[in-house]
Amino acid sequence: MPIPVRLRVNNTPREHTIEPRVLLVHYLRDHCNLTGTHVGCETGICGACTVLVDGKAVKSCTVFAVQADGSDVTTIEGLATNGHLHPVQQGFWDRHGLQCGYCTPGMIMASVHLLATGAAGSREAIAEGLRGNLCRCTGYSHIIDAVQNAQQAANAEVARA
Amino acid sequence: MYPANFDYKRPATVDEAVALLAQHGDAAKLLAGGHSLIPAMKLRLAQPKVVVDIGRISTLSYIREAGGKLAIGAMTTHQEIAASRLLQDKCPLLPETASHIGDVQVRNKGTIGGSLAHADPAADYPATILALDAEIEVAGPNGRRTIRAGDFFVDLLQTAIAANELITEIRVPVTAKTVAYVKTEQKASGFALAGVAAVISPSGVRVGVTGIAAKAYRATGVEQALKGQMTANAIALAATHAADGVEPLSDIHASAEYRAHLAQVNTRRALERAVSRG
Repeated sequence: MPIPVRLRVNNTPREHTIEPRVLLVHYLRDHCNLTGTHVGCETGICGACTVLVDGKAVKSCTVFAVQADGSDVTTIEGLATNGHLHPVQQGFWDRHGLQCGYCTPGMIMASVHLLATGAAGSREAIAEGLRGNLCRCTGYSHIIDAVQNAQQAANAEVARA
Repeated sequence: MYPANFDYKRPATVDEAVALLAQHGDAAKLLAGGHSLIPAMKLRLAQPKVVVDIGRISTLSYIREAGGKLAIGAMTTHQEIAASRLLQDKCPLLPETASHIGDVQVRNKGTIGGSLAHADPAADYPATILALDAEIEVAGPNGRRTIRAGDFFVDLLQTAIAANELITEIRVPVTAKTVAYVKTEQKASGFALAGVAAVISPSGVRVGVTGIAAKAYRATGVEQALKGQMTANAIALAATHAADGVEPLSDIHASAEYRAHLAQVNTRRALERAVSRG
């Protein structure tokens, strides 16, 4: 039986009546038309579907949309502001942190969470923090560079303020 | 991969959840973080008619000291356990184990109650719960009861929880720092091919093993062989008993022989590491 679900996606209130079996990733893509969040392995391993729910990185292929009822969801579409890339996006751009790009939205959302939780202090910490995100182009080294770049940009921002 | 259709219930309290289980019986499944149930539902290995989402019962999410023990609400996430200063200080084996589960995203969503109730033979907590001799409190139509860790795991994916009950709390003892969890993991999923939890206390040594057999077990052969001797030689000899009396699983990731070997190696390493922390 379809039921109502209300949540905020990238600060925009959304309200739909959906079947409870709809996974958050399908809700975002098919009901909100936000196709930046990718469907990868569908088994909770690859991390391509990573989004933030109330600030925490989760794999949206392993969460029912109804579980996120009332929550704040942030997707890759919600990161840039006024045409300016988020520091993590800029880091991926500057350091060539993507090749085919399929894993990138999940990588970036997981990295945003990593920076927010202060768990990106070293290359090892970043690699451990991103172990739930797989890149089939195996561009891990540049991805870690990109996150470090974003970390340095954030530190510089703090120093300036 | 869409699961089969179901009716969704979101009780606000434990009593409401118990009432829903009583009403729907075997047709209902409890949903906590969802990281065991949802994959099974997507493969249609599980097709519950009713899903009772207990993930929002806020009174089941806490970590506190009570009556000389540490009490953890069933809906506490792996991440909350891994990051808990109280647990790191008073029962460090539990946060150490939690930090080995899956990855950041999985730890943000998965719960200790959900993991224990699912009783995956390769989950991390069961080894630790056994080594800590923890207590698991469940609520049902006749109130609450406590299950000792040693009685909790019954068989592959089967526990001593009745169909009309849910886990409310896990209680673990305060321990010294002489504990360790060592595992060899399946690289993609992070599940344990062989996970060993060791607790060295004045009253003795307890060793829990996961990933090897259909259910996690206490390696009593190792515990008895040690006889309180914690020298490198005694540990190495005792560790050879890590898979005594169990029938190791064999699958695409590891043969039975390899699993038994890993159990021995990781038992030795866990005991050595626990000793080194004294």
